[in-house]
Amino acid sequence: MDVNMNILEFKNNQKIKRADIPVMDFESFSKKILPYEVRVINLFAKKEDGKNRLYCIFADDKNKKLFLTTTYVGESYPSLTSSKPCLHMFERLIYEETGIMPEGHPFLKPVRKQDGNTYKFLESHDTQTHEVAVGPVHAGIIEPGHFRFLCNGERVNHLEIQLGFQHRGVEDLLKKRPSIQLAESICGDETIAQSLAYARAMESLSNIEITQREKLIRLIALEMERMAIHVGDIGAVAGDVAYSIGANVLGVTRTLVINTMLELSGSRFGKGLMKFGGVNFDIDLTMRTKILNMLEEVCDRTDKMVEAMFAHATVISRLENTGFVGKKKAREIGLVGMAARAAGEEFDARVFDDYEDFEITTMKTGDVYARTYLRYLEIKKSAKIIKNLLNKLEDTETEINNKRFSLNLEPDCFVFSIVEGWRGEVAHCVMTDKNSYIETYKIKGASFNNWFGLALAVRNNQISDFPVCNKSFNLSYCGFDL
Amino acid sequence: MLETLKTLGLQKNQLIKDIRTATPKDGFRGLPSIDINADENWQECMSVCPTGALKIADGEASIDLGKCTLCGECARYCKNDGIKFSKFHKLGAVNREDLIVNGELNPIKCKEEIKKFFGKSLKLRQVSAGGCNSCEMELNACSNANFDMGRYGVDFVASPRHADGVVITGPVTKNMAKALEDTYFACAEPRIVIVVGACAISGGVFQDSEEIDRSFFERHKPDLYIPGCPAHPLTIINAILDFIGAK
Repeated sequence: MDVNMNILEFKNNQKIKRADIPVMDFESFSKKILPYEVRVINLFAKKEDGKNRLYCIFADDKNKKLFLTTTYVGESYPSLTSSKPCLHMFERLIYEETGIMPEGHPFLKPVRKQDGNTYKFLESHDTQTHEVAVGPVHAGIIEPGHFRFLCNGERVNHLEIQLGFQHRGVEDLLKKRPSIQLAESICGDETIAQSLAYARAMESLSNIEITQREKLIRLIALEMERMAIHVGDIGAVAGDVAYSIGANVLGVTRTLVINTMLELSGSRFGKGLMKFGGVNFDIDLTMRTKILNMLEEVCDRTDKMVEAMFAHATVISRLENTGFVGKKKAREIGLVGMAARAAGEEFDARVFDDYEDFEITTMKTGDVYARTYLRYLEIKKSAKIIKNLLNKLEDTETEINNKRFSLNLEPDCFVFSIVEGWRGEVAHCVMTDKNSYIETYKIKGASFNNWFGLALAVRNNQISDFPVCNKSFNLSYCGFDL
Repeated sequence: MLETLKTLGLQKNQLIKDIRTATPKDGFRGLPSIDINADENWQECMSVCPTGALKIADGEASIDLGKCTLCGECARYCKNDGIKFSKFHKLGAVNREDLIVNGELNPIKCKEEIKKFFGKSLKLRQVSAGGCNSCEMELNACSNANFDMGRYGVDFVASPRHADGVVITGPVTKNMAKALEDTYFACAEPRIVIVVGACAISGGVFQDSEEIDRSFFERHKPDLYIPGCPAHPLTIINAILDFIGAK
């Protein structure tokens, strides 16, 4: 039998009848998704009519294609992680959520679940090795997570990251009472990306087509979010290597972007901008000028500051060759988004989106330097994209619609929505049941893939370089814990 | 080095000189008010609220700022301006019931003993217990070169041992309940509790979640409530300054 017959190629945000979702036997399923070139975006399990079904969504990034396939398994199946390490977290979550056992998984530890202090960290019985425990409450104002280092002197041999402290049951809440405000709070620093993925999935399931103008405004907001966070994060990296002027200047440069976001949407993070069926706020001529002025000011300041920063020997010596994750390793462990592109991986979920002639920006070295400098390149690119989008906005309808829609989901459907947030892909997968209720809501953010990348990046580095490695990834705790 | 010195010019005019009179940019959604006499479908307005913050019945109307995410959804549903969001941003309160308002908010009254202890120096330990990182980022912004809360002696510190109290964000997840309690007790007495954001005050959009555990607040009553989703830095700083009686 031709394996390809049982794979569904689909478009981003395309509504699919659940009856049309293909099934293949487990052997062909694993043969299909295990090859090195296949990039798995999400792998999850659900119980359907008393049977366990594995769903796999994967991408052929080069040809800009998305695929879906499924298979049925029993109470256990042979783990795929040993052949494809990047699946390790997906399989841990499958076991945690459904009890289906991936036989032979190398470390089937909890993902989000916590029962007292039962988490078993890797231990070392070497007398030269000491442990450093950090968290869940950290020194700064950040979210909670626990880091356990095994160190030999100053050198980190191993880092294990325990998460789940932020688990709020977002997916269950979205099933019971879907709302855009909840989607905005999945992860506050990715407000636009998360609410956009939610809105698009729901619109697709409700057969709502939004106007070109609204599509453009959404993308402008998405790029503004990217700029704001990247500017702030370069500043944060500067702060961590004691280059205070960089931290100060870029910290307040970020303010310019988010204050413009406030003028647009009423919130510095863009909360309230997105609505189910479009956007709540229009970009009129005054707003357009404000955004253009902001872009000019931000780019000018960032250019000057970043140039000075990267010309400074003490900064460079802290960033170069620190926290290295190469291209091969990145693919093996399934890094996504900005962190993957910094290692030379060429994929970006914006190719599945409404951007025209989108070109992917990458760096090669995969160290803190690359992850920081790539942010700078992305800031410049976002500014350019926003200008283009603003120009296109002139050719569209003169106003947005103020209509309010109510959720009217089509029964027995599947939709997959992927958005490139500033960290990387934000992928929402929604399935409705026969009564039009949401039966499954699966969210996967870039942090789900990338936390393990951070753990590998700090190996053989000084423990004092952990903060700067951490900032260069700047991963989300709540985006992982949900 | 020379390049770095040149960038000093970029530092100018960043500081907000007077935090007490500064206002957020236009467009900010602040204190809401309800005109009960407006011709609206109030049932529908209440039903669109994601957190159930609106109460309109028998000619009485109120919004619970402890629940309100200031999303403005109700105002957009109103056809005749029945609900409006003003630009007013000083939304803090020392009593939970003071947050249930309609267009007017009682100013924070500073207690003498608070002023005596903390009036010139307040060190806080922040605990994110399920916060989505937007309130956390706004709390960070309070100390940046724009807002510079440190000039009033108010700072965030790394250790609870150095802190006069905790600032809590997020709805308090089950998985963070113990760590929050431990951090609270690690602070020296007298210790204060400040809750920032709709999630921390009431559970916000997560109030119906089975994964949260808000029993902390049954044992320890917050001393200061700062609403928002997220709370704006000017809201946060002004509330804290009013609370400690700073000018």
